[in-house]
Amino acid sequence: MTTEDRVARFKSLGSIPAPMAAIVLLSLVGVLLDTSANPYTQFVMLLILTNVVLATSLNLVNGFTGQFSLGHAGFMAVGAYTSAWLVTRPELSGMPDLVKFLILPIAGGALAAVAGLIVGLPSLRLRGDYLAIVTLGFGEIIRVVLLNSEAVGGARGLYGIPSAQAVPELGLSPFSAQFLVASVWSVITFVVLWRIVHSAKGRAFLSVREDEIAAEAMGINITQIKVRAFVISAFFAGVGGSLFAHSVKYLNPSTFTFTKSVDIIIMIVLGGMGSFTGAVIAAAIITVLPEMVLRELQQLTGVDLRMVIYSLLLILFMILRPSGILGTREAPELWRSLRDFFQRRSVSEKPQ
Amino acid sequence: MTAKPTAARENILKVSDLAVSYGGIQALKSVSFEVKTGEIVSLIGANGAGKTTTLRAVSSLVPYTGTVEFKSKSGEVLNLATVPQHRIVKFGLAHSPEGRGVFPNLTVLENLQMGAFSRTDKEEIAQDLELCFASFPRLKERVKQKAGTLSGGEQQMLAIARALMAKPSLLLLDEPSLGLAPLIVAQIFEIIKKINSEGMTVLLVEQNARMALKISDRAYVVETGKISFSGRGKDLLGDPRIIDSYLGGH
Repeated sequence: MTTEDRVARFKSLGSIPAPMAAIVLLSLVGVLLDTSANPYTQFVMLLILTNVVLATSLNLVNGFTGQFSLGHAGFMAVGAYTSAWLVTRPELSGMPDLVKFLILPIAGGALAAVAGLIVGLPSLRLRGDYLAIVTLGFGEIIRVVLLNSEAVGGARGLYGIPSAQAVPELGLSPFSAQFLVASVWSVITFVVLWRIVHSAKGRAFLSVREDEIAAEAMGINITQIKVRAFVISAFFAGVGGSLFAHSVKYLNPSTFTFTKSVDIIIMIVLGGMGSFTGAVIAAAIITVLPEMVLRELQQLTGVDLRMVIYSLLLILFMILRPSGILGTREAPELWRSLRDFFQRRSVSEKPQ
Repeated sequence: MTAKPTAARENILKVSDLAVSYGGIQALKSVSFEVKTGEIVSLIGANGAGKTTTLRAVSSLVPYTGTVEFKSKSGEVLNLATVPQHRIVKFGLAHSPEGRGVFPNLTVLENLQMGAFSRTDKEEIAQDLELCFASFPRLKERVKQKAGTLSGGEQQMLAIARALMAKPSLLLLDEPSLGLAPLIVAQIFEIIKKINSEGMTVLLVEQNARMALKISDRAYVVETGKISFSGRGKDLLGDPRIIDSYLGGH
């Protein structure tokens, strides 16, 4: 690699920034909050990072490749249960705690990726709605299998899943350690997916979304591209599942229903299909909204309004802003259009 | 066009007994034709006659029976039925699909880069991009614009330029005049003529028979899934059968 190449590569990495900076910032806040925040706030912050991983990974399939998967909760469940099962294995007991929790998501992700390959290979030859139906079925199959597997607790689920412990040598409390793991994986997910989508070869994903026939005519093996997107997406869904398992510390098959998949879809639909920035923003909003706002509302009214409000949000978005908050735009473009907007305003306000 | 000797040329594409069915409906019954190196060959015919299907079958975008022989860039004759669809471009056959098929949310530059997707020769791609901007200055002006925001004519230019970025030896163009104003259509056909004069072999599918026949060396008339007759472009322009059916009477 020549120096110029290296400079170019560094510069293109420099364009990742804004949303990633947000994740890093959140991580810093997480560590700083550590002593002051209550465990509930800490938990919500962990959940935000988990959802960032889940939303960004689903965006690869639904947003960037233009397919419609309804089975993300299934892949998440595979990752979550794999990780929760592995963590108690005596074979891993010798491993340093932090290392173990940094590596577990890989195992969860790997198994989810295998599941993605098995589901994807036959079903991605289908076009349109059929894929949605197949993935919906897959998610349900996973849930029912878990429900009937005594090895993972069946309907009772898994209790007391261990999570990262304090690392006094590094000055990390249990929460800081957990948060570190989640932050590291959010950043990995973000950077890997960003690099894939914005690479020359990765543009093949976008072209499949834009026009399948034209993409085929360009010499792109569209089934292979779809399967690839599906497997990568499933891997990071598994990673998200693993993070989820160790932050919630309790797994139950009923967590991974169709509704969970829809939650993640809502994040990317609201954020903008095909926008990393949008996925991160919406993941944060959709995590905080039910936890902090809707809970208050529920206590006030005595009714669970979550799904009503989600539906209203979706309908309003479909009417007023069908492309989501950001559409396919990313942070830099957002700043630019905001700037243009205000410049235009100030111009039009000038006396004629 | 008369100056071009066609007799001595070699076949670059030879299609025999091509048949395509969609479900139970037979869209193509038996289509045979050939394209010689350096020619512009048109398939003309009415809506639903099977022109687009023929073109799609040639580049394996739809399953078919029959044989499609193609002389690749390296000179060997391939039976395209045995070549995986996504490798066909590599052998030198580029297809600009019906309705232009530009990637609307990608920029003009990204669209052109996608055209070169099957190529690995980075430096030559960069050179070809420059050549492309030289022949399509309009695209250079709009290089960072999203393709979906271009006008119809510009999109058609982009679709042709994108197909050329694959560095093909045979260019398939599906209805380049579709939905364009007459003035723009004339421009597009000028471009096709120019590309051909620079050595590109072109297989053109058109409903605008008059424009197509004017620039074509030879043409085939497709009617209900079959070739009904064929001839030299300028001969067909004066052929009463063509005038009655495709050129809007006398």
